[in-house]
Amino acid sequence: MVCGNRLPHYFLQEGSMKRVYVNEDVCMGCHLCEIYCQLKHAKSKDLIKAFKKESPRPLPRLRVEEKGVLSLSSRCQHCDDAPCVQACLTGTLTRDPVSRLVTADSERCIGCGTCMLVCPLGALRMDTEHKKMVKCDLCQDEEIPVCVANCPNEALLYMEVPNGNDKLEKKELTQTQ
Amino acid sequence: MSVPEKIKYLIIGNSAGGIGAAEAIREVDKKGTINVISDEPYPAYSRPLISDYLAGDYTVEKMLYRPVDFYEKNSIKTILGDKVIQLDTEKHTVKLESIKPLTYQKLLLATGGSPIIPRIEGNGLQGVFTFNKLDDARSIDEFLNRYTKKIRAVVIGGGLIGASVTEALLKREVKVTIVEMKDRILNTILDEETSAMEAEALVECGVEIITDHTAVSINSYFPGEVSGISLDDGRSIPCDMVVIAVGVQPRLDFIKNSGIKVNRGVIVDRQMQTSVADVYACGDVAEAFDFIYRENRLTPIWPNAYAGGRTAGRNMAGIPDKYPGGTAMNAVKYFGVKIVSAGLVVPPDESYETLREVHDHIYRKIILRDGKLAGMVFAGDIEKSGIVYNLMKDGTDVSSFKEAIISDDFGLTSLPDDIRQAKLATPPDKYISVVTSIEEPEEIVVEE
Ligand SMILES: Cc1cc2nc3c(=O)[nH]c(=O)nc-3n(C[C@H](O)[C@H](O)[C@H](O)COP(=O)(O)OP(=O)(O)OC[C@H]3O[C@@H](n4cnc5c(N)ncnc54)[C@H](O)[C@@H]3O)c2cc1C
Repeated sequence: MVCGNRLPHYFLQEGSMKRVYVNEDVCMGCHLCEIYCQLKHAKSKDLIKAFKKESPRPLPRLRVEEKGVLSLSSRCQHCDDAPCVQACLTGTLTRDPVSRLVTADSERCIGCGTCMLVCPLGALRMDTEHKKMVKCDLCQDEEIPVCVANCPNEALLYMEVPNGNDKLEKKELTQTQ
Repeated sequence: MSVPEKIKYLIIGNSAGGIGAAEAIREVDKKGTINVISDEPYPAYSRPLISDYLAGDYTVEKMLYRPVDFYEKNSIKTILGDKVIQLDTEKHTVKLESIKPLTYQKLLLATGGSPIIPRIEGNGLQGVFTFNKLDDARSIDEFLNRYTKKIRAVVIGGGLIGASVTEALLKREVKVTIVEMKDRILNTILDEETSAMEAEALVECGVEIITDHTAVSINSYFPGEVSGISLDDGRSIPCDMVVIAVGVQPRLDFIKNSGIKVNRGVIVDRQMQTSVADVYACGDVAEAFDFIYRENRLTPIWPNAYAGGRTAGRNMAGIPDKYPGGTAMNAVKYFGVKIVSAGLVVPPDESYETLREVHDHIYRKIILRDGKLAGMVFAGDIEKSGIVYNLMKDGTDVSSFKEAIISDDFGLTSLPDDIRQAKLATPPDKYISVVTSIEEPEEIVVEE
């Protein structure tokens, strides 16, 4: 499914994972997901301070796009066989074997942009201030990523990644609920 | 004599390709013995970072490609600082310089590349360097540390490696002259416009660039030491050191006489297998499938080495897998100019269509062949270049929205609905209903 149609062979061996799905039919482009993402990654945890006082302004890890009536927000999908992980020159990007998240060790990032060149969603952002790539971490310390939690329209869904294997998939979905 | 134990997976080369294979193997075979050999005495490090090392920005520790406990955690045995000198594919053995021969079941050749050294006078002098491995960076570092005076360097070759070493040398306050044989620097990975951007940035930093000329000799005044170089037009440029960066060639040392089919590099099929059973190859040493040229080619870049290594590893472990193909692809950021390119950078003939958008510091160019992308060069804003690269890789017909690709507001919303939704894996209606009611899980239809 996502990012190429290879079966994720090793996918469910070490714990399952959730992903943020976009339902573009009900997204109005309000940008609240973006705002809360910025706040989440701001030094200040106060919305006004984060936006008015912090310089540079905190970077969102997602992107809201609008074209006519169509709008959506996109972020890292933590792809199976993630192309960014494969392309990363320095070992900054790895897949965590337990959480299966694509994580970035920003200490190692040189901001070369190779990951951006291979991301099918254009989901990685460049922090030009620090010359490093930043990406969605699915808000590890939150139960639900803040973009999803603050979407007023349920345009963002946080749910288990379906798997090529039917049985697993159904079982998983049941467990999620 | 006891029969030596057969190593299940023997990997020659402890870098992008070798690690890609080892990781892929371990995902499907937790127990089979893996041995990784390299004549470099280090755990796998990020080769492109040797420039940052020389510049003084990175330590070896910070350059490591994987955490220090990587080998131990994955039960991978390493043989570092030893060199393979002979391969017998029939007996399935490799001979090394210092230890006993090893026997393998499956072998991976991930030996990378070695610098091309032009046969010019003086290339063996002290103060003449190449720039392909950590020890090269270390040698240059030691050389520079010996002097307190301002050092002048000539970098022969204005490609990726030449630019990398130049950037590092500038940070070390060395005065650099680049001598490039062709009419512009970075000519294989950038088009005219973007290589001019890089050249401008370099010149602004005080680098002198000489194009359309070659070095014919490296000269010495004090015995053994570099005093300058001579160009093909008779000019001489005084300098204290020279870095030869005219190119990299597949490192075929022991492979050449092994019976394995070699063109410029080791020829591999889509499974990354060589012409000989049980022997695979990937990375800079291999000629693997290029999805733009639709033929096997050398594409000596890190991501392709890793991806090819993964495919090789899976096949070595008995999981059939096909290399999706790679193509030349680079992201450069020399002197703060951010550029990405992939596939063709200059259309080879009139049958290709080129679209371009240039303003302020933004540059976007795409090259189309029969409605499909065959090349791209983006400078300035590169965040969304991946969407374009993947359209190219997937062979998507973009004729209906080609203008949008180079526009400022290009993004996922510029794509036709079906393509966008497949990328985003928008949950189908049924799926969404599952979220609120799961009474009938049998009805779930999952996009594949
Ligand atoms: C300065 C510099 C900058 C670069 N910048 C970029 C960049 O920005 N982007 C990019 O994509 N690529 C870049 N590259 C290229 C990239 O580093 C290579 O494509 C990549 O390292 C290839 O990986 P590999 O595994 O095929 O081989 P290598 O990394 O070359 O590793 C091969 C290993 O095998 C060992 N070996 C070879 N023969 C033997 C033998 N007989 N016995 C024992 N060991 C042996 C070698 O010593 C070496 O350790 C750069 C390279 C350099 C030098």
